[in-house]
Amino acid sequence: NSSHICHNGGIYKRPFKESFEETPMLVAVLTYMGYGILTLFGYLRDFLREWKIEKCHNATEREEQKDFVPLYQDFENFYTRNLYMRIRDSWNRPICSVPGAKFDILERVSYDYNWTFKYTGRIVNDVINMGSYNYLGFAENSGVCADAAAEMTLKYGVGVCSTRREIGNLDKHEELEKLVAKFLGVEASMAFGMGFATNSMNIPALVGKGCLILSDELNHASLVLGARLSGATIRVFKHNNMQSLEKLLKDAIVHGQPRTHRPWKKILILVEGIYSMEGSIVHLPDIIALKKKYKAYLYLDEAHSIGALGPTGRGVVEYFGLDPRDVDIMMGTFTKSFGAAGGYIGGTKELVDYLRTHSHSAVYATSMSPPVVEQIITSMKCIMGEDGTTLGQERVQQLAENTRYFRRKLQEMGFIIYGNDDSPVVPMMLYMPAKIGAFGREMLKRNIGVVVVGFPATPIIESRARFCVSAAHTKEMLDTALNVINEVGDLLQLKYSRHRLVPLLDRPFDETTYEENED
Amino acid sequence: MASGQQWVLVEMVQAFYEAPAYHLILEGILILWIIRLLFSKTYKLQDSSDLTEKEIEEIIEEWQPEPLVPRMSKEKPAPSYNIVSGPPCHKITVNGKQCINFASFNFLGLLDNDRVKNQALQSLRKYGVGTCGPRGFYGTFDVHLELEDRLAKFMRTEESIIYSYGFATIASAIPAYSKRGDIVFVDEAACFSIQKGLQASRSHIKYFKHNDMEDLERILKQQELEDQKNPRKARVTRRFIVVEGLYMNTGAICPLPELVKLKYKYKVRIFLEESLSFGVLGQHGRGVTEHFGVNIDDIDLISANMENSLASVGGFCCGRSFVIDHQRLSGQGYCFSASLPPMLASAAIEALNIMEEDQDIFRLLRDKCKHIHKELQGILGLKVVGESISPAFHLQLEQSSGSRESDVRILNRIVEYCMDRKIALTQAHYLEKEEKFLPPPSIRVVVTVEQTEEELEMAANLIKEAAQNILQ
Repeated sequence: NSSHICHNGGIYKRPFKESFEETPMLVAVLTYMGYGILTLFGYLRDFLREWKIEKCHNATEREEQKDFVPLYQDFENFYTRNLYMRIRDSWNRPICSVPGAKFDILERVSYDYNWTFKYTGRIVNDVINMGSYNYLGFAENSGVCADAAAEMTLKYGVGVCSTRREIGNLDKHEELEKLVAKFLGVEASMAFGMGFATNSMNIPALVGKGCLILSDELNHASLVLGARLSGATIRVFKHNNMQSLEKLLKDAIVHGQPRTHRPWKKILILVEGIYSMEGSIVHLPDIIALKKKYKAYLYLDEAHSIGALGPTGRGVVEYFGLDPRDVDIMMGTFTKSFGAAGGYIGGTKELVDYLRTHSHSAVYATSMSPPVVEQIITSMKCIMGEDGTTLGQERVQQLAENTRYFRRKLQEMGFIIYGNDDSPVVPMMLYMPAKIGAFGREMLKRNIGVVVVGFPATPIIESRARFCVSAAHTKEMLDTALNVINEVGDLLQLKYSRHRLVPLLDRPFDETTYEENED
Repeated sequence: MASGQQWVLVEMVQAFYEAPAYHLILEGILILWIIRLLFSKTYKLQDSSDLTEKEIEEIIEEWQPEPLVPRMSKEKPAPSYNIVSGPPCHKITVNGKQCINFASFNFLGLLDNDRVKNQALQSLRKYGVGTCGPRGFYGTFDVHLELEDRLAKFMRTEESIIYSYGFATIASAIPAYSKRGDIVFVDEAACFSIQKGLQASRSHIKYFKHNDMEDLERILKQQELEDQKNPRKARVTRRFIVVEGLYMNTGAICPLPELVKLKYKYKVRIFLEESLSFGVLGQHGRGVTEHFGVNIDDIDLISANMENSLASVGGFCCGRSFVIDHQRLSGQGYCFSASLPPMLASAAIEALNIMEEDQDIFRLLRDKCKHIHKELQGILGLKVVGESISPAFHLQLEQSSGSRESDVRILNRIVEYCMDRKIALTQAHYLEKEEKFLPPPSIRVVVTVEQTEEELEMAANLIKEAAQNILQ
């Protein structure tokens, strides 16, 4: 069991409790067996399809191009054809309403085992949304934010048709960037149209050949792509493991570049605020201490943690009570907590001035759409309290309460939950491949929409369901969802945890509570 | 030993007894050595460094990294952005000056269209602004499915896929198909997003001279000869040609019929990037395939962004299902990124409706392009680079003044001269250190369907005047 509470000489000002319970041995064996059987059946079906005994539903190459080199190798798509296809209906579910606390799903059926879908035309109404990244509940189609965005649509239009460097830099963009800088507590910031592209286009602008990137094992695809495109050397340290990181830093400075032993030009540490597949929060105080000792630079990707952590929603830096100036590059996205789209980078004025001339996005990519910018401005002002109400503050607190309540209840029921107690991303382990599909379907039958994830986003035996708690969820909705999860958990035998928590009596939750673990 | 001879247990034991002593001892020692190696600790060569703790501390103290960003020198301050107050449509206010817009890629004038705005508004009132998730996790809205359907029907292909960012479209599409070991033949004047897509794919890149089909044929032949030396490898190496319909950097149109001939002759697949030609070329605006009358199924993948003619945000790829469906699981910008906000998708659908209703705007746009192209010929000191029907063409200096910097300064003076007199122009900006083949500095002139004849005349005369005053 690797649950621990971290204090580390007082640099953690509050208890930092996270747990990643080990996979039970029997479950691991059964999971491998499950995948083994599926693989055998996969080979059998491929064989039948090859010999035309079974109808092949795959789209095929054109007749005129049959003698070209095949576009896809058969083994590359083995997993897709034989495993993913069976449970494909758990993903890409189309919705037709606001992705708020409840949403409407378009019903679809398949008569050929998920190869093609047909829409029945029926809409499943009021499904509780446990899948969208709507942490502060700003995904709304009415209210202050929506009104402001509507006004902006009529005034400015929807597109921009030019890049920031040329003639697409609107006054609204400048206003947004000043506001983001104020929100984060940094000198200046710059906003981009896509969160993914923010990473993949700006990391190459900051580091290049001769630099070293130390990246966490479980970093997001955009960080990995940005690191690869930069041309720097990449070394991976174990997830959230400070000893591994320190060892790499020491080795890097003492031994320099491989073979030539020249000193590295820069060392950049890439971490995320909340890792969305694990629900873990980065050990930021430790990393900042290391960074200062070894003179490295820190790039913090707060895609999931901005707005979701911290007493006023300022992210993981505020959550630990640290100084934003210690983080060299603060990056985040507007998609999750602000209900819009896009990304930003904040830091010193020098950094932002440099990015304004050297970022790929500023010179070649179209700038952000005005209504989206307005949505961000309004929601950010709401969170900061600048619109004159306490609505933002209430939402941040509601999210924290909902998170703690939800996690606590799930742990009491006996599910294995990964991650930090304060993270609104709640991964619940499923392990077996059949349960991935079954869980998604059973939950939808009972009107709850959940997200299930399997290989290759997670290690092969650690498939999970991932719940995203939102400030828009009321206690009734959470209770409904918890009851349904309990029911489905019993039905599918998902209660693997061996560390049952004694349920707390009717005490309000506060920081000084300590629980007893029953082993 | 004869093959097929089977060891029987009795014979084994017999052989054991018959072997000489030294043989058995040697075997015993070898087995013990293997056991020792298996259980000994592995060590890396680096760890055997003989630095003391104190020396390590000193090295760590001494090491100084470069500053995170290089200091900007005082003599060359960073150029600041133009600030546009108000909507960036036909009449645009840049840095406080009201001008006529000759710089935004608003070819069909749809930025300011009321129908598009109202449709976006309706969508906002239904769905809100953001989608709060990637396509796989409840980020697929019915408007996305509708837009993909409409684009596929418009382009007359089987399927299409939408991305939420124009730059990311081709930059995610290329690495989804072309992997390490594959070969891509690409034009030298390819735009930056194609270059990033190629870099992410880690394939072998072979450049051919801009729009030069003979050069392309030459390197294709070279590749064919190499293939004959290693046929096994050639059978699994995929080959692609990446070209643009209308080149952003030079305003030229690619010779598509010849490319299709080369495709079938040398068995390479074609990826066509149509960001500038979608909604511009062809009788119905379907792009360069309609312009040349090429069968759209001959092109394996067409990618375009919706940020030019469709006046929205995002991009799309279209083609046969066999090709496009693969991107739904391996297009990085599709799987790992939030989907396009539904109001922008609705705006794109309405823009598509307008394009389908009013078939005449394409011809109108082309006529205006030809008009201004003719007007700008013969200016002393500036040459027009680009096809006469290209709505985005370049004005380059006929004779360089010596260095790129001073060229840029001169062109900047022309741009400012025009801006002061109510014509908004812009220089074509590039990242000088990052481009593979840096184009020469130029002013980009964009023609839109909203510009009247008088405005076109005014712009042409103003540019002539500016060239006279500044270049003489």
